[in-house]
Amino acid sequence: MGSGPRQKFDNPVVEWVDSRLPLFTLMQREYGAFPVPKNFNYFWNFGAIAGVMLVTMIVTGIVLAMQYTANTELAFDSVERIMRDVNFGWMLRYMHSNGASFFFVAVYIHIFRGMYYGSYKGPRELLWILGVVIFLLMMATAFIGYVLPWGQMSYWGATVITNLFSALPLVGEPIVTWLWGGFSVDNPTLNRFFALHYLLPFVIFAVVFLHVWALHITGSNNPEGIEPKDEQDTISFHPYYTIKDSVGLLVFLVIYCFFVFFAPDSLGHPDNYIPADPLVTPAHIVPEWYFLPFYAILRAITFEIGIPFTDIVFITAKLGGVIAMFGAIALWFVMPWLDSHPVRSARYRPLFRAFFILLVIDFVALGYIGSQAADAVLFGIPLSMLGLLCTAYYFAFFIVVLPVLSKKEKVKTLPNSIHDAVLAKNKTHS
Amino acid sequence: MKMKALLHVALVVLAFSGAYNYSASALAATDTPHAPEQDWSFDGMFGTYDRAALQRGMKVYQNVCSACHGMEHLRYRNLSALGYNENQVKNIAAQYMVTDGPNDEGEMFQRTAMPSDPFVSPYPNDNAAKYANNGAMPPDLSLIAKARHGGADYIYALLTGYSEDHHGVDVPEGKYYNEYFPGHVISMAPPLADDIVPYEDGTAQTVEQYAKDLGYYLTWAADPYMEDRKRIGLRVILFLLVFAGIMYAYKRQLWAKLH
Amino acid sequence: MAKTTTADHHKDGESRRDFLQLTAAAFGAVGVGTLAWPFVDSMNPAKDTLALSTTEVDLTPIQTGQAITVMWRGKPVFIRRRTEAEITEARGVDVSGLIDKQSDEERIERPEWLVVVGICTHLGCVPVGTKTGEAKGDFGGWFCPCHGSHYDTSGRIRKGPAPKNLAVPDYEFLSDTRIKIG
Repeated sequence: MGSGPRQKFDNPVVEWVDSRLPLFTLMQREYGAFPVPKNFNYFWNFGAIAGVMLVTMIVTGIVLAMQYTANTELAFDSVERIMRDVNFGWMLRYMHSNGASFFFVAVYIHIFRGMYYGSYKGPRELLWILGVVIFLLMMATAFIGYVLPWGQMSYWGATVITNLFSALPLVGEPIVTWLWGGFSVDNPTLNRFFALHYLLPFVIFAVVFLHVWALHITGSNNPEGIEPKDEQDTISFHPYYTIKDSVGLLVFLVIYCFFVFFAPDSLGHPDNYIPADPLVTPAHIVPEWYFLPFYAILRAITFEIGIPFTDIVFITAKLGGVIAMFGAIALWFVMPWLDSHPVRSARYRPLFRAFFILLVIDFVALGYIGSQAADAVLFGIPLSMLGLLCTAYYFAFFIVVLPVLSKKEKVKTLPNSIHDAVLAKNKTHS
Repeated sequence: MKMKALLHVALVVLAFSGAYNYSASALAATDTPHAPEQDWSFDGMFGTYDRAALQRGMKVYQNVCSACHGMEHLRYRNLSALGYNENQVKNIAAQYMVTDGPNDEGEMFQRTAMPSDPFVSPYPNDNAAKYANNGAMPPDLSLIAKARHGGADYIYALLTGYSEDHHGVDVPEGKYYNEYFPGHVISMAPPLADDIVPYEDGTAQTVEQYAKDLGYYLTWAADPYMEDRKRIGLRVILFLLVFAGIMYAYKRQLWAKLH
Repeated sequence: MAKTTTADHHKDGESRRDFLQLTAAAFGAVGVGTLAWPFVDSMNPAKDTLALSTTEVDLTPIQTGQAITVMWRGKPVFIRRRTEAEITEARGVDVSGLIDKQSDEERIERPEWLVVVGICTHLGCVPVGTKTGEAKGDFGGWFCPCHGSHYDTSGRIRKGPAPKNLAVPDYEFLSDTRIKIG
C-alpha cells in the first residue's frame, strides 16, 4: 500500500512465506512499527481486551458446542452433563457465561471512552459506525445464546423479546411467527437459535476486522483529541503498547477469573437453573445485566400516541417502547452528526464533560431500574416515573444537548501538540 | 492511570452486580423475608465440603425427601465423592429398581440400579407427580441450591420456617404456612421432625440438624466441583497477579526511557 | 555510585529488562500451555462415557454350545460357552500354520468360555455364527459375509482376507457366573 519495496527477512522460512504472501511485512507495518499517539491512558486498552474476549468466547463456545444438544427435550440436560460429566466442563461453561458479561464490560468501557474523547468525530465516523454494528451483533448473539440452556429465563426472555416484534403494524404478527418457526417459542426456535449463535460470532469477527482496518487508515484518537503532528507525538505500537496492553489485559483477567472461579452464578439468574416450563411464568422476567438499561427504556414508554379525546391510536405503548429501545442505540449511529463541535476531547469541553458524566450516571440508573419489577418504588418514588425521567434525559442528551453545545460551547485552549501536552503533564507530576 | 482503569472496571462490574443483587431483595418485596445467613464449611474462597454432613444429608434425602422429590441429574457413582467406596456405592444403588429394556422379547423389565444409573425418581413423570400431590409439583432437587436465591441459607430457612402461627396470612386447607417461602403459603407439609432419621455418628437428630445437613447435601448436589473450582481459581488468580506484576515492572522499565 | 559509568547503568538496565522479558515470556508460555489443557481434555471421554466403559454380564442363561452377543463400548462382543469338542478343536490346531499366530490358551481365561469382540478385523463387519442355526463358516466359529473371512472356535482367522484374529477384550471373572468386560 505504497510504503516502498518489501524488506527481506533474515529468517529463511519467514522470508519464503513473506515473499509469496507478505503476512510478516503486514504484521510489522500494522502492529510492529505502526505509529501510535504516545499519550494513551489505560482506557485505550479496552479495544484489545474486547478482542481477547471475542476469541475467548469463540474458543469456549466451540468446545461447548461439541457437547451441547439443541433440542427442547435434551438441551437443559446436555448443559448439566457438561457441568457434571465433561472433563473441565464446569470451567468451560462458566468461562463462557461470565465471558459474555466481561465482553460487554470491556465493550461498554470502550464505547464510553469513544464518546468522552470524541473518537466518533471525523475522520473516524465509519470506524464508529462499524463499532455500533459490532455492539448490535453482540446483543443479538448474547440474547440468542442465553436461550440455548433452555431454562425458565431462557424460554420466557425469548418469548417476551420476540413478542415485541408483534408491535409492528401489519407485518408484526407474521414476522413473529416466522421468527418462531411456529406458534410459540419451541423446538424450531431453539434449533435455529443454535445455528445463528454459532454463526454470528464469526460475523462479529469480520466486522471487527473492518473496524480495525478503518482504525489503521485514520490512526487512533488520543486523550487530548488533537491529531499527531510529527514523530515526536507518536511511538511504535510494539513494544510500548503490546506490553502496556498486556498489563491491562492481565488485570482485567484477574477480575474475570474471580467471577469465573468464585462467583460464577452471581451475574446470572437462579431461575435459569429451572428447566423451561411454558405453563409457569417466573415472578420476574429479567434479562441479563448488559441489556437492563435498554430494557428500562422499553418499559418506560407506558403512554400511547394518538389523537386526544378519541380512540385513534397511531403508536401503542408497546410499539412506542420498541421504537424507544431501538432508537436509543440508533442515536449512536448518528452521533458524529448530532455533535459537530470542532473540539474532540471532553478534556477541553467542560460543559460536554458535565452532561456526559450525567449520561453515564443516567445509563447506570436505567440499568438499576431495568432490574426491578415494573411497579417497584424507591424511597417513595415509583420507578416507572424515574425510568421515564432517565429515558427523557438520555434522549435529550443526544437530540438536544449535543447539537446545542456544538454551536454554543466555548472551549478551553487546546495544547499545541500531543508532545507538548505530555511534557506539561510530566512537569506537573515531577 | 492503571488504577483509574481498574477502578472503572471494578465500578462498572460492581454497579451491575450491585444492581442485580438489589433486584433479589425486590423479589422479596411481597414481604417474604430474606433467608438469614448461616455458617457453612463451604463459605468463602477457601471453603470445602464437610463430608460427614454430606453423608448425613444424603441419608435424610433418602429416608424423607426421596418419597416425593427426584434428583435425576445425580448418578449413584457420584456418591463416591461423599467418601463411599465402590462396593458401598454399588450397594446403595442396588436398593433401587430401574426400568430397562426392551429385552429380546420386546418387553420392558425391572432390574436393580447400577452406579452408572441416574437416581431413581419417585414418580415416572411430572404429571404423575402433580397428580399425587394435589396438583403441586415437588421440584427435582439436583439443582435446587442454585435455583433459589439464598441457596443453602434458603433451604435451611425453609425447612425450619414452618410455624403454627400464620401471622395473619390466609392459609387454604391442605396447604401450610412457611416464613420463608415466597408468599408464605407452601404445598409441602413440614417434612422434618426430631428423630425422624437415625444418625449413626451420634449427631443430634433435630430438625435444625437435618435441615443443616440437607443444606450441605443439596449444595453439593448442585455444585459437586466447588472444591476443585476454588482450588484451581486460587492458583489461576495468584498466577495472573504475579504475571501482571512482572508485566507492569517490564512496562515501567520500557517506558522509562521515553521521558 | 562514583565508579559506575553511564554505559554500566545502561547495561544494568538492559540486563534487568532482559530478565523481565524472559520471565514475562516464560509466564506467558506456562499460562497458555496450562490454559490449553482443559480445552483439549474436555474432548476426552467424559465421566458418563467412562462409567459405561465396563459391562457386567450374567453367564447363567448361556447353555453349553450357545453363544450370545452383548454391547460393550458401543461394539458387539460374542460370548460363547464352548463344548468339549470345540475346545479340543481349538487346542489341536498347529499355531505355526495360522494367519495370526496365537494359541487358544493365550486367548481365554477359562477354556469353557470364549469372549471376543464381534468385529471382523478385515473391514469391520459383524460376523455371523452367534445365533443357533447361523452359518459358522468352515472352522466352526464365525463367518463374515462381507468378504468371506472364516474364524474358528477360538475366534482366530483361518481363511479369508482378515489379517488378525477376533480381538479379545480385557475381562475378568467376578464369579463363576459373572464376568466384567473392560
